[in-house]
Amino acid sequence: MKDVYTWAGIVAVVVTSVTGDVLLSKAMKQVGDVGQLRRGIGTLRVVGRVLRNPIFLLGVFVMALSFYSLLFGLSWGDVSLVAPAAASLTFVGNAVAAKLFLHERVDRRRWIAALLVAGGVLLLAA
Amino acid sequence: MTFRQYLVLAGVTVFAASGDSLLSVGMKQVGQISFHRLPAMILAFLNPYVGFGILLLLAFFACYMAALSWADLTYVLPATSLGYVLVALIAKFGLHEQVSTTRWIGILLISGGVGFVATGPSRTDVRQPATKRDPIADPVSSRVAP
Repeated sequence: MKDVYTWAGIVAVVVTSVTGDVLLSKAMKQVGDVGQLRRGIGTLRVVGRVLRNPIFLLGVFVMALSFYSLLFGLSWGDVSLVAPAAASLTFVGNAVAAKLFLHERVDRRRWIAALLVAGGVLLLAA
Repeated sequence: MTFRQYLVLAGVTVFAASGDSLLSVGMKQVGQISFHRLPAMILAFLNPYVGFGILLLLAFFACYMAALSWADLTYVLPATSLGYVLVALIAKFGLHEQVSTTRWIGILLISGGVGFVATGPSRTDVRQPATKRDPIADPVSSRVAP
């Protein structure tokens, strides 16, 4: 039973983390290149624009859910399993979600990079 | 990619790794959190390591949002995953933990992935001005002749 709850926590972390990242990325693309904006209208106005974007606020909320999912997973399983499993699966999950929802071209280079990093993170935890 | 943009990506990596490390040191000092000690968790930020760690993580978040405003998510994430390597190195040299061979191989894999993605284009969801064909991402055999 403990394993089921541990993996439920890991899946919850991955799903909420990927959703949150996609939402935040979408929000920041809507705001636009903040480096250029900053030079035009000033840093404070840019921060205001970001904080008022509803997709940004939703993204932050979902990231908060992700954090609590992590706490849930950690309360059942070892951190040496939960943290790297969640991190590696999040990497690959982000690549899939970005392709589907953000229309990013996830080419061979990025798939290879995602798999290399995911593998590396898994080994870090071994 | 401009120098300033590279700095932002470096900031994402460095601030995340240093912020997490300081948070870790500080929370060990605060002690294990339980229901009986809930006020301790709420006041944990008064610990200087935790407080400074939070500031660094705020800086991380600002850099992360900035990077996402001009680059793909699937570019920013691998390009900044050197943070994993940085945390491992801080753990070894700062906190004198042992790093096994398997971990070093993991570090090599992550570094490889980072280098691989960083040398590719950063934004692919909108059309960019024409650039050189990327032989790894777009091999000729996968293209249909016009």
